[in-house]
Amino acid sequence: MAEKKQRLHMKERSVAERTRDFQEVPLGYTPEEAIAEAKRCINCQNPLCVKGCPVEVKIPEFIELVAEGKFDEAAKKIKETNALPAICGRVCPQEEQCELKCILGVKGEPVAVGTLERFVADWEREHIQLQTSNIQLPNNKQIPNSRSQKIAVVGSGPAGLTCAGDLARLGYQVTIFESLHVTGGVLTYGIPEFRLPKKIVELEVEYVKSLGAAVRTDMLIGNVYTVAELLKEYQAVFIGSGAGLPKFMGIPGENLDGVYSANEYLFRVNMMKAWKFPDSLTPVKIGKKVAVVGGGNVAMDSARVSLRLGAEAVTILYRRTQEEMPARAEEIKRAVEEGVVFKLLTLPVEYHANREGWVAEAECRRMKLGEPDASGRRRPVEVPNSAFRLPVDTVIVAIGNSPNPLIPLRTPQLKTEKWGGVIVTPEGLTSLPGVYAGGDIARGAATVISAMGDGKRAARAIDNLLRKSQITNHK
Amino acid sequence: MNKILHKEKLNDSVSRITVEAPHIARAAKPGQFVVIIPRENAERIPLTIAGTDADNGTVAIIFQIVGATTKILDSLKEGEEVAHLLGPLGTPSHIEKFGTVAVIGGGVGIAEIYPAVKALKAVGNEVITIIGARNKDLLIYETELRAQSTELRVTTDDGSAGRKGFVSDELKDLIASGKKIDLVVAVGPVPMMRVCCDITREHRIKTVVSLNPLMLDATGMCGICRVTVAGQTKFACVDGPEFDGHQVDFAELTARLGSYKDVEKKAYDHVCRLLGSRGQGAA
Ligand SMILES: Cc1cc2nc3c(=O)[nH]c(=O)nc-3n(C[C@H](O)[C@H](O)[C@H](O)COP(=O)(O)OP(=O)(O)OC[C@H]3O[C@@H](n4cnc5c(N)ncnc54)[C@H](O)[C@@H]3O)c2cc1C
Ligand SMILES: Cc1cc2nc3c(=O)[nH]c(=O)nc-3n(C[C@H](O)[C@H](O)[C@H](O)COP(=O)(O)OP(=O)(O)OC[C@H]3O[C@@H](n4cnc5c(N)ncnc54)[C@H](O)[C@@H]3O)c2cc1C
Ligand code: SF4
Ligand code: SF4
Ligand code: FES
Repeated sequence: MAEKKQRLHMKERSVAERTRDFQEVPLGYTPEEAIAEAKRCINCQNPLCVKGCPVEVKIPEFIELVAEGKFDEAAKKIKETNALPAICGRVCPQEEQCELKCILGVKGEPVAVGTLERFVADWEREHIQLQTSNIQLPNNKQIPNSRSQKIAVVGSGPAGLTCAGDLARLGYQVTIFESLHVTGGVLTYGIPEFRLPKKIVELEVEYVKSLGAAVRTDMLIGNVYTVAELLKEYQAVFIGSGAGLPKFMGIPGENLDGVYSANEYLFRVNMMKAWKFPDSLTPVKIGKKVAVVGGGNVAMDSARVSLRLGAEAVTILYRRTQEEMPARAEEIKRAVEEGVVFKLLTLPVEYHANREGWVAEAECRRMKLGEPDASGRRRPVEVPNSAFRLPVDTVIVAIGNSPNPLIPLRTPQLKTEKWGGVIVTPEGLTSLPGVYAGGDIARGAATVISAMGDGKRAARAIDNLLRKSQITNHK
Repeated sequence: MNKILHKEKLNDSVSRITVEAPHIARAAKPGQFVVIIPRENAERIPLTIAGTDADNGTVAIIFQIVGATTKILDSLKEGEEVAHLLGPLGTPSHIEKFGTVAVIGGGVGIAEIYPAVKALKAVGNEVITIIGARNKDLLIYETELRAQSTELRVTTDDGSAGRKGFVSDELKDLIASGKKIDLVVAVGPVPMMRVCCDITREHRIKTVVSLNPLMLDATGMCGICRVTVAGQTKFACVDGPEFDGHQVDFAELTARLGSYKDVEKKAYDHVCRLLGSRGQGAA
């Protein structure tokens, strides 16, 4: 029987140090720490943790290998079901997935599955795949590009990368079409460096390329080629175009200068490297008093980026309470530590400009929680006569993103939900034969790991489809 | 890929380049644009597709040097490649037989109307093209447009070519002459488009404008290009860039266009310093 030990938390950089730059905040485990934490796992016969993981990482198996110090084998074990562990270990909402289900969580703290996964992936990268040039092909059963069928993958976010990787590994001729000039989707343009170093994303993309997938950036599908045109050249298409359409509240003053969508803001900073201006020519204007509207990861990221860009006061405006915030607990904690102020139960209703037309005040209303709504969460209702004005010079609207409408718009036969999501079967098949979709384009803004799960399932379905058609073709 | 095959200065501040881009040349329709990143670390800037040659797989772009990134683009020579070229972007112009169409181009907008003039004429419209610039030297594409239009009218602010005045004056006269105009298309600086819309609104002539807000991704993911049309927020890069001019909130567009003025200046000076030293070395 394993003795009861406290969960080992990763060491983090001090607040004073980390808010001055964009480098990663948590430092990860040392090998000794990893082994100690791994030994807390009791290797359940019927591991509940695995049920909480959307891609069913073989958690007890890999943790046991960590406990034995066999880190390279642990990495292989994880990669049997998860191609991007360095990313998932960092950004998965583990507390709602694998770790939520861990049996140790019933009486104490769950095993730090995510941190261990991150450790293993980092260890592998540093010791085995230090350079992209010597990425080893996994000893897969097929030689890359050994099959003649061609598959087009639209989007290079986690859904597209996973689908492309799996299909390339099976030997199909895969081409990824990405509309932006860089790959990675939200992993590159959304999630900031201090949470997910871009080097890691680049390596994962290199890995997928090393499996034989071709990547074509600057290719907006729908405009440059329609899905129907792709189908003439490719036997199957996977759409992983994400949820990149920023939502606005539609309140007066939202189009004033100084009001950003979180996407625009993060895009400028992460993708266009606005923090290097003018060596990088895309500017970003960040004022002294920043208000961020919303309570998800996107809001936390925007707030913490603002601090790092030199804002003096950063306030989160959220209409419910901290309990309802969709952001990861860990990120909320770090935002608070770094000095982000939370104005909860607060709803902006209008923005007022100064004489130059720049946003100067956010007019807000206080809220209280009323009766539960359809989602089961208590609906925020306005407190009468509670209006107040908050002085601001930058507002970042981070209230969510909808599925990218372009491909559905240009592909009328593609059936979508009212809210814009592409309708798919559990395997990821859309209303069009040969066309699959997954990730945020089908789910609405969700998670990295669910997008990867979708990419995986679709790859399997596409493989099945093409095997069948191979047979019919040979008849 | 994306090699500059041909470059030509149309005047001191406007250049025309022909870039290799077969996939764009094949798909582009009038009214669409590209995003160019001339060199890594430059901005993503939107520029109208001023012409295509599907056989040779090239697109023509005419741009005015106004800031840092257009300055860099202009520094590239024939044979060099632009770092990134994305397109065609935006929703194509609606081309059908309307009857008589007045197409108005101001400044660098003159080049932007060329594909639309050609397409409108090809489907049987009577196309009266009105172009205007500050002076004779800044007038571009006159010959090309004359060849494609039923009639071409020219204005300059100082009277050095064509009529002295603004394109809007010419539009006013055209309407006053009693000619039945079925559609007006206006492309150019915001004040020009706004004045044209004010004129046509009175006469209830449908007017299409091509808006030029700031853009970033130009694929519908950032929202900086948002414009208010008929009281609704639209993303010009996907929903536009063409809209019903009578419904556009031009004041908001003007304000939003100016939001980076001060830092743009800094970027421009920075680029001039970089290019300046390089230019001297080469000379
Ligand atoms: C700021 C931010 C923070 C987040 N934090 C977390 C987190 O901590 N943990 C977590 O699990 N999730 C987080 N998420 C959510 C997560 O990133 C997404 O759920 C996930 O990236 C979705 O993956 P995807 O592959 O479906 O789409 P995306 O990552 O959005 O990728 C889609 C790609 O397709 C491209 N594309 C779009 N249209 C076209 C087209 N027509 N042609 C060609 N290419 C196209 C896009 O440019 C993009 O590169 C966060 C999201 C944001 C915005
Ligand atoms: C859909 C679309 C099509 C366009 N087509 C063309 C074209 O065919 N030829 C062409 O020369 N230009 C065109 N433009 C404008 C062009 O994109 C800008 O001139 C360019 O982005 C300026 O980049 P810069 O870095 O050189 O200058 P910046 O430093 O960005 O700007 C310098 C100055 O120009 C102003 N400016 C910046 N962007 C714009 C804009 N979009 N419209 C008007 N003024 C602006 C700024 O306020 C500033 O005063 C188009 C714009 C859009 C949105
Ligand atoms: S992939 Fe995510 S959910 Fe699955 S085990 Fe790893 S951290 Fe947990
Ligand atoms: S549930 Fe927890 S203790 Fe059990 S195998 Fe999974 S991680 Fe280990
Ligand atoms: S330029 Fe980003 S949404 Fe239009």
